[in-house]
Amino acid sequence: MTRQMTGAKMVVQALKDQGVDVVFGYPGGAVLPIYDEVFQQNEIRHVLVRHEQGAVHAAEGYARSTGKPGVVLVTSGPGATNAVTGITDALMDSIPLIVLTGQVPTFMIGSDAFQEADTVGITRACTKHNWLVKDTANLSDVLHQAFHVATTGRPGPVLVDIPKDVQFASADYTSPQKAKTSHYQPRVKGDLAAITDLVAAIETAERPVFYTGGGVINSGRAASQLLRELVDATGIPVTSTLMGLGAYPASGDNWLGMLGMHGLYEANMAMHGCDLMINIGARFDDRITGRIDAFSPGSTKAHIDIDPSSINKVISTDIPIVGDVAHVLEDLLRIWKSRGRKTNREGLGKWWDRIDTWRQVDCLAFKQTGPSIRPQHALARLEALTKGHDRYICTEVGQHQMWAAQYIGFEDPNRWMTSGGLGTMGYGFPASIGVQMAHPESLVINVAGEASWLMNMQEMGTAVQFKLPVKQFILNNERLGMVRQWQELLHGERYSHSWSEALPDFVKLAEAFGAKGILCQDPADLDDAIMEMINHDGPVIFDCLVEKHENCFPMIPSGEPHNKMLLGEASTKDAIKEGGAVLV
Amino acid sequence: MSALNIKKGSTSHSAYNLRPTFSDVHETHTLAVIVDNEPGVLARVIGLFSGRGYNIDSLTVAEVDHTGHTSRITIVTTGTPQVIEQIKAQLGRIVPVHDVHDLTVEGPSVERELALLKVGSEGDKRVEALRLADIFRANVVDSTLDSFVFEITGAPDKIDAFADLMRPLGLNEIARTGVAALPRGS
Repeated sequence: MTRQMTGAKMVVQALKDQGVDVVFGYPGGAVLPIYDEVFQQNEIRHVLVRHEQGAVHAAEGYARSTGKPGVVLVTSGPGATNAVTGITDALMDSIPLIVLTGQVPTFMIGSDAFQEADTVGITRACTKHNWLVKDTANLSDVLHQAFHVATTGRPGPVLVDIPKDVQFASADYTSPQKAKTSHYQPRVKGDLAAITDLVAAIETAERPVFYTGGGVINSGRAASQLLRELVDATGIPVTSTLMGLGAYPASGDNWLGMLGMHGLYEANMAMHGCDLMINIGARFDDRITGRIDAFSPGSTKAHIDIDPSSINKVISTDIPIVGDVAHVLEDLLRIWKSRGRKTNREGLGKWWDRIDTWRQVDCLAFKQTGPSIRPQHALARLEALTKGHDRYICTEVGQHQMWAAQYIGFEDPNRWMTSGGLGTMGYGFPASIGVQMAHPESLVINVAGEASWLMNMQEMGTAVQFKLPVKQFILNNERLGMVRQWQELLHGERYSHSWSEALPDFVKLAEAFGAKGILCQDPADLDDAIMEMINHDGPVIFDCLVEKHENCFPMIPSGEPHNKMLLGEASTKDAIKEGGAVLV
Repeated sequence: MSALNIKKGSTSHSAYNLRPTFSDVHETHTLAVIVDNEPGVLARVIGLFSGRGYNIDSLTVAEVDHTGHTSRITIVTTGTPQVIEQIKAQLGRIVPVHDVHDLTVEGPSVERELALLKVGSEGDKRVEALRLADIFRANVVDSTLDSFVFEITGAPDKIDAFADLMRPLGLNEIARTGVAALPRGS
C-alpha cells in the first residue's frame, strides 16, 4: 500500500521506519516544514544543540556508543557549512551518520538566494555519498538508500540535501522494504585462500602481533568477541590504535596497550620487532607507522580491511584480505581450529620473554610530587574511581587525549569516543551529549583540555536543557599543551600563541548555565572532588588545574621509526631532525 | 622467519630508502569506469583525482545505456603501479561507480580518439596538407579558399603524428575528444 504524504512528513516517516529514536539538530528557514512534522509526533526525540558542529559531533557520539547511525537535521547555508567539520570528522573515523540539510527551493537554486550554499558541492569531498533531492517522488528512496550507504561497507557520513519546495510537495511514500535496492553491496566475506595463508603464517610465526583498529569496533560486537577468542586461543600479543581501544579488554593477558606516536613502549617495540603483523581493521595511519621506510622492517604483513583502498595505500601488504572483520575472523578461527590449533609455542614463549623486558621499562610510570596535580595522576585517579561504573569516555584533542588513552583502561568496545583521524578540537563535549542521550543512566565523562573544551562550550546550554549529566573533566594547564610540546621540541621553545589567556572561571561558567562547577588544584583534594563530580546528578564542569609544562610521553618523534621512542624529558634534546620537522 | 612460507614483504629489504616498498616507475593506464549517470558523478571522479593528487591525461564521458542510465568514463592516467592501484580502489569506492576496468592490464584493447584540425594555408602547402590528410585517412569536413578542417580518428599517437605534420603547414586550431577504449574480442 502506498501512502501520499508531503516530503517533510516523509522525512520523519523514513527516520521512524529506519529505527531512529534521536535526532540532533538546529532549525532554520529551509527546514521549517520538517521541524513542523517533528513537532507533531513523539516517537523521535529532537535534541536542540547550540551550534550545528555540535549536532554532528553529538550524533557521532551517539553512533559510536550504540553502533547505530547518528542523525543530524540542519538548515541550508550556514547550517550546512557549520556541519562540515563534524562531517569530515565522521568520514575520517568511519562513523555512520545521516545528515539532513534544508535547501532553498529548487526554482531558486543557483540564484544566490538567502542562506543558499552549494551543500552537495561543498560536502562531496567530506561525505561517503550525498544527494540533492529535486523531486519528492524520489525522496523516500533516497532516504532509505542513505541509511544503507552510511551503514554498509566501511561506514561513513552521508548527506541528503532537501529543497524547501520538495518538503512541501506530496508524493507516494516507499517503505524501506520496498525501496529501490542499491547496487552498492560491499563484499563482507574474505577470500578463503588468503585467510588460509594467514592461518599458515600464524601457525609458524615466532614473533607475531595483532595490530587492531577501529574496524573491529565498526564491525560490531561479534567482531570484538571473535577477536578476544582468537587472541586468547593463540596467545598472540595484541595492540590497538587509538580508534580500536576496547575491542580487546585492557585487563586481558595479551594486551600490550595502545601503539603509535604516544603509544606504549612495549606495543611499539613489538610492532618494530615482530615477524608477523596481523592488521585487523586498522589503516597504517601516519600516527601509527612513524617513519614508513623503517616501519617494522622484518615482518610479513597481513591486512584485513573492508575497504580495498586501504590495502597497499601506505604499507605494502603480503597477505591482503578484503572483508568485514567479523566475517573474516569467523573464517580465520574456523580454519585455524580445523588445522589443529597450531602455534609456534617455542617462538611465542621467547617472544613473550622479550615483551616482558620491554614491559619492565614501565613507560607510563610517573610520580605525583610537588604542590600541583600532574595530569597523569588526575587520569589515574579518575580511572581508579570510575573503573567499576557503567562508563563512557569521550575526549577532546591534544595531550589530555593521549593521556586518557594511556591511563584509562577500556574493557568493552563502544565505550571510547575520540576524534582520531581529523583530530578535531571541540569534538568531545558535544560527543558526550550524544553518548548520554543514548545511555541516560550511564556515567559519561569527557576528558578535556581547557582550550579544546572552549571550542564548543556553547553546548552547556544543550546539556542543561536536556538534563544530561555529562561530566566535563577539564585538565586545565592554561596551555595548548600538545602545541606547546611541539614548540618545545621543534621550535626552540618559542611558545607562539600556545597559551590560554583570559580563561573563564569555569565554576562560575557552570553556574551561569545552571550547572555545577568544581575547582580542584590540590592533589590532596582530588579524590574527593572526583567523587563529588561522579555523585552529582547533573552536568558538571570539573576544572582540574594541572602542572602547566608537562609533556606527553612516550613519544615517537616525527620522522623516526618505532624503536626510537622518547621515554621522558631527558631524551628530548634534538630528538626531531630536519626531515621530521616538516611532518605534522 | 624463513619458516613462513610466504613471499617476504619488500619492506624488509632496506630500512633507509625512501618508500622502498613501491616502484617509482610511472606507467600510463587506460581505465573504463561504469557509473550511474546522476548529477555530480563526474565531479566525484574528478574531485577524487584532484583531491588525492592523481593525474588525468585525458577523460571522456557519455551515457552509454539510456534505459539503465549508466555512463562510461574513459580515463587515461599516469602514475606508479601503487598509485594506479590506489586510483582503481578509490574509484571503486565511489558509491555510483559500478565497475572499474583497467584496460591496460586486462588484455588487449583498442583505443580511438577523434580530432578536428583547422589548417590555414595557400598554394603548395594547401596541396601538401590535403595529400598528407589522404595518407592519414583524415576527412575534410569544412573547406574555405584558404583553410581546411580535417577530421581524423585513430589512436592518440596517430593524431599526434598528424598534428605534428600539419603544424608547419598552417595548423592553427585543434580539438580532441580524448580516448574512447574497449577491450578486444567478445
